[in-house]
Amino acid sequence: MSKPYPHIVKAEKLTKFYGKLCVVDGISFQINQGEFCGILGPNGAGKTTTLKMLVGNTPSSGGKLNVLGFSIPQQAREMRGRIGVVPQSDNLDPDFTVVENLRVYGRYFGMKRADIEKRIAELLVFVALEEKANAYINQLSGGMKRRLSIARALINRPELLILDEPTTGLDPQIRQNIWQLMRQLQKEGLTIILTTHYMDEAERLCGRIVLMDHGRILADRTPEELVRERIEPHVLEVFGTGVSAWKKANPLPGPIRCEQVGETCFYYGADLSELVKTLDGWPGLRYDYRPANLEDVFLKMTGRELRDG
Amino acid sequence: MANYPLRWMAVWNRNALAWRKSIKTALLGGLAEPLFNLFALGYGLGSFIGEVGGISYIAFLTAGIISLSSMNAATFEGLYLAYTRMAVLKTWDGMMAAPLGVGDIVMGELLWMATKSVLSASLILLVASGFGLTANWQVLWVLPIAALSGFCFGGMALVMTSYAQSYDFFVYYITLGVTPMILLGGVFFPPNALPDIIRQGSSCLPLFHVVELIRPLVSGRFAWPMLSHLSVPLAFAVVSTWFAIWRFKRRLLR
Repeated sequence: MSKPYPHIVKAEKLTKFYGKLCVVDGISFQINQGEFCGILGPNGAGKTTTLKMLVGNTPSSGGKLNVLGFSIPQQAREMRGRIGVVPQSDNLDPDFTVVENLRVYGRYFGMKRADIEKRIAELLVFVALEEKANAYINQLSGGMKRRLSIARALINRPELLILDEPTTGLDPQIRQNIWQLMRQLQKEGLTIILTTHYMDEAERLCGRIVLMDHGRILADRTPEELVRERIEPHVLEVFGTGVSAWKKANPLPGPIRCEQVGETCFYYGADLSELVKTLDGWPGLRYDYRPANLEDVFLKMTGRELRDG
Repeated sequence: MANYPLRWMAVWNRNALAWRKSIKTALLGGLAEPLFNLFALGYGLGSFIGEVGGISYIAFLTAGIISLSSMNAATFEGLYLAYTRMAVLKTWDGMMAAPLGVGDIVMGELLWMATKSVLSASLILLVASGFGLTANWQVLWVLPIAALSGFCFGGMALVMTSYAQSYDFFVYYITLGVTPMILLGGVFFPPNALPDIIRQGSSCLPLFHVVELIRPLVSGRFAWPMLSHLSVPLAFAVVSTWFAIWRFKRRLLR
């Protein structure tokens, strides 16, 4: 496949205001061919707005955006003919069967009938819905609907797949199944952008994490780099009644950072084994001593306060 | 896809397929109800009224019912069903993730509404002709008028939908807009039975003119000057379509 464009996505100082509220605050990033990029951030960080600008469904208030070589939003419609989008909540057509959903959607891309039918056959195998081909949407489980949404987004053989929180609200088995599909797509060379609230999802799937908050990019790294560079290597969580008494009785042995949230204390440091030993005499306390992960980085960088709405 | 009629037809195609899936209820609502009205009122009231302007009351009413159904088909589609696709099923979001723009969606929806108006008008015409209520082949010109009526009332309904936050909102339009148009627009009785001021008010609204076009075509008394009645529904169709696209762009692309 020829690539007349150097980057799949190139955003320069991309900005979005809603009235006086700045939702996306001059972010710049590039996404290259074949990357699996996760956009992470708390509610209201600007993730969904960024995706909306990316597909050209909301104009930016400033900055430059280029997707697959097309200027966005001016050439958004042409660009959308070559990408696939999986929405946050399924918007499949309940009036139609599985096959009809795919067929109608293929027509939106101006695909030829024969080509649509050929593609439908391939996709039903890929998402393992051959036996449900003629089932209506309300006869599908949550996982099947999600798989059909992914299949629908692939109908036009896209060069870029965008997924907005693809596994929110799904049970663990289904999430694993969806992850498997996405890994396979990446192996086939597809460039993928996803937003998620689940750190384990981002850590397992994404080769690259763009961490956003308050409309800005806080970090843009691989998950391993983020965990290595942005947080202490180990974490000790202590929780249960008597945490405060234990904390008073045991002054910190060295450069250890501590955060207390209600009845739980989080300790971050290079080596916390001394601290773990002091827990022996406190049967009322439970603890977890583990290497730091992406969730710890996320909480450190975006804070612990609740974000609603 | 550079070819815009193809994009409009992709939207039309989706709605046509959904309609075919529920064709029995769709036909029952869209055909049986106007026919009940036509025959019950036409023969019932007609037995008291006798003739109106030289034709039997039921033949007079036929044109009114055809105009009314062409309006209702597009109005219902443009209010309740379009709102469902936009806000409840999020069908439009799916289209906007594909290479379709807001303008394509509105035009595709309007084409479908015009199709429904034509379908509904032609089925009633078919039955009415079977009962000898139409005069001659002139009556076939009713179909393009029904299509215009579909664009006009569909566009007006979409403007309402573009402001709606729930289904309840449509009650205002139905009660304050549609119902007076039906009662005062010459569907059930000639508008010259009304006081001048009301008749003049009614003639600013498109249904009056749709009836004025369809009635002579049904009774075989069409004359060229009547074509001037095209201007009001045409103007409503063009302005409401343009305004609906502008409104939906503001609402959906933010």
